[in-house]
Amino acid sequence: MSSSQLSLVASVFLASAVEAVEALTIVLAVGTTRRWSSTLLGVAAATSILALLTVGLGPALVLLPIDTLRVLVGALLLVFGLQWLRKAILRASGLLARHDELAAFARESRSAREAALPTQSFDGYSFAIAMKGVLLEGLEVIFIVLTFGASQHRVPLAALAALAALLLVIAVGLLARAPLARVPENTMKFTVGVLLTTFGVFWGAEGAGASWPGDEAALPLLALAIGACSLAMVGELRRQRARVEPSSGATVEVS
Amino acid sequence: MARAFLLGAWEFLVGDDWPTALGVVLALGATAVVASTDVAAWWLMPLAALVLLRWSLQRRARSLARRRLDAPS
Repeated sequence: MSSSQLSLVASVFLASAVEAVEALTIVLAVGTTRRWSSTLLGVAAATSILALLTVGLGPALVLLPIDTLRVLVGALLLVFGLQWLRKAILRASGLLARHDELAAFARESRSAREAALPTQSFDGYSFAIAMKGVLLEGLEVIFIVLTFGASQHRVPLAALAALAALLLVIAVGLLARAPLARVPENTMKFTVGVLLTTFGVFWGAEGAGASWPGDEAALPLLALAIGACSLAMVGELRRQRARVEPSSGATVEVS
Repeated sequence: MARAFLLGAWEFLVGDDWPTALGVVLALGATAVVASTDVAAWWLMPLAALVLLRWSLQRRARSLARRRLDAPS
């Protein structure tokens, strides 16, 4: 397996695992509070839509000329990766509150208990919340699967990496029977942000006509440089925060 | 329907940070221009990505600091 294939698998696996953990929290909260049958129907509906999107869009993307595809995918990955990285850096520096699965679980469970339970067996609330949660988290996974997979003409490999992450999270979730609160989500998001940004930069520049010194050998160095600069930005923001509010530990909650 | 789809796609991809998205498009354009000459163009995108990231962080950090100061204690 080449370094770019390994990076593809690692990026898709990590991104999918993070999103699957968040989706699992919603599904567990609704399922344990209300009705499992309707919750699982919602999960099945969302999964079917996501699978159809992958099967429908994957082959169509691969038909585009490689330079057009790479500049398009590079731009999209870069915009997306910079968003992930920005949020992860703000969380690591303490400016944003870290994502707390137990708090998210408590919030979702409270809302699920407050909604009226229907008398018939089908519970529209459970179906809708589970479907929406899985669909929204899954869309990010599909986006990463399609962009990474199409650029290397390896959509099936990317889809397999996503599926492996999903199965792992479900298995651990079933064993734990609780939200996966101990998963280092921010570290994973930071890593995925670095990888998305790295590939966005690499493919974007290549698609725009630039040639990389060493070709694919430039990828690990690029990832290291982006990772190191991102860590330096965490340090810079922490110092800024300490200067402005030396005694405050206040953070802003952003979902 | 089409409008809702486009708005959803914009929110999904760009979110609240359109200056960064615009910066990415401009950087790709500049790379294409430099690549069409004899000058090496590979360095432009990494530099642009890091500058855009730092700029975006500083803007967001300022807005978060304002929110904390405005919040009732």
